[in-house]
Amino acid sequence: MPRVVIVDDHDLFRAGVRASLGPRVEVVADSGDVESAVHAIDELRPDVVLLDVHMPGGGGVEVIRRVGASRPDVRFLVLSVSDASEDVIALIRAGARGYVTKTISGPDLADAVCRVRDGDAVFSPRLAGFVLDAFAGEIPAAQVDPELDLLTPREREVLQHIARGYMYKEIAAQLGISVKTVEAHVSAVLRKLQLSSRHELSRWALHRRLVEE
Amino acid sequence: MSMSYPANPPRGGFRIAVGIGLLVLSGLLFVRAAGPWPGDTIVWPAAVAALGALLIWRAPAVVPRRPRGWAAHRSSEQRPSRRQSEPERVRVRGRPEVSRGGLGVALVLAGGFAFLWASGAMRPAGETVLAALAVLIAVALIFAPSWRRLARSLAAERTERIRTQERADVGAHLHDSVLQTLALIQRSAEDPKQVAALARHQERELRGWLADGDSRENGRTLAAAVDAAAAEVEAAVGGSIEVVTVGDCPLDERARAVVAATREAMLNAAKFAGEAPVSVYAELSSERIQVFVRDRGPGFDPATVPPERRGVRESILGRTQRAGGRAAVRSQPGGGTEVEIAFDRGDKR
Repeated sequence: MPRVVIVDDHDLFRAGVRASLGPRVEVVADSGDVESAVHAIDELRPDVVLLDVHMPGGGGVEVIRRVGASRPDVRFLVLSVSDASEDVIALIRAGARGYVTKTISGPDLADAVCRVRDGDAVFSPRLAGFVLDAFAGEIPAAQVDPELDLLTPREREVLQHIARGYMYKEIAAQLGISVKTVEAHVSAVLRKLQLSSRHELSRWALHRRLVEE
Repeated sequence: MSMSYPANPPRGGFRIAVGIGLLVLSGLLFVRAAGPWPGDTIVWPAAVAALGALLIWRAPAVVPRRPRGWAAHRSSEQRPSRRQSEPERVRVRGRPEVSRGGLGVALVLAGGFAFLWASGAMRPAGETVLAALAVLIAVALIFAPSWRRLARSLAAERTERIRTQERADVGAHLHDSVLQTLALIQRSAEDPKQVAALARHQERELRGWLADGDSRENGRTLAAAVDAAAAEVEAAVGGSIEVVTVGDCPLDERARAVVAATREAMLNAAKFAGEAPVSVYAELSSERIQVFVRDRGPGFDPATVPPERRGVRESILGRTQRAGGRAAVRSQPGGGTEVEIAFDRGDKR
């Protein structure tokens, strides 16, 4: 049974998540700010940390930054109402293994926790959209490291299906590949997001900010 | 010499200044040819003064840029970079204009003195002028700090006023929308479906408002229009529709056809989907527009739909084809339904 720490600055929400996760998951602690979250993770060594984006004292990115290196076996799953793709992508790039919205049902969330614990990536349709957005755009091939800065056609296809609301099983059936292969593609996308030289991503972020101005 | 400082020079201000300059020049030339003329010594001082006047005219009034909408109100830990950069931006912006105006004033004064000097008007009164000048400089030195402080407190007060107004705007919006919805939710607490619908509607509205006040609200882009259509369908039929968009494009005629067909597909999906959410995915790139609307309802066999059922055939497939795109419906009994709407943007219709 995966051991979980919930990090969110809303007391009511933490209580709600704790109740809805059900018996498949053991919640060992919850904390409402960065400081106590770092302490709890260090102390209790949970399998999975459910992490909010915005919190007093630096937010989810700060938590990952402070414990990610010393506790590489702890996995982070972002659970947030945030709609800002920059925030979510920043957390994924910092090392989180997935992003689900707070409207997710209890059983689905427990499912996602188990998958993250097993080392899989959890992409909600929204996250798939953010990632496709981040990797979209055509730039001359000479400027980028194609290994890292571009998605392969297959990876793009898998992400598009996730964004269209397909489950991994359905994607596998549609594309005629195994569920394991779908998972491998998603993990590869995650790795690219975290490692790439990010010419493209920074250009994207810049563009986003300009659009927002 | 009196000089007007236009609070906010209109675009044509520069042209007007040039026009006045040319008129004055022609007048001077006329006087030189026909009437009493003090001598050519006037030319260079006048040119310097004119240049200074031009600089003053061209220097726009220092107006701090109003912080955009909600951005100014997010708490500092949420948006540290933007919040911190705001006052700085105002200050940096103010500086070049002030120095340009100052340079203009100096040039005009220098021109005036040069003229007086050259025409000999200063010689008899030389010492008086020098004394007056010394007093002026002393006064300026004495009062400069307090003027500076005054200017600064004025700027601070203006910033504060803008903040207050923003806060009032936010307050008004929260009152109109969120508080109203909360009241409605309390009144219909026994009907969970109604509560969920109200909450979803309010969430969508608030997100749209937070994300980007202007462009999305007015539905000027395809992504915003699809979002708005999803909200309408949710309000009309119920259920929940998850919209994910990648990229965006302006709302031209073709995009309008996409929105109309997508809306129809969402209506169908929401009617048959039951409790499960409807997924809408729109990919809008420079080459093509592609929209998928997927529900997890009972599904149907497209071959068995009677020809008089016009909903799907006419409003989705027909509409899309007439606008130059293509649409497809994939469904299996028990496997849900997916409608795909696609346009190539490269080709002409």
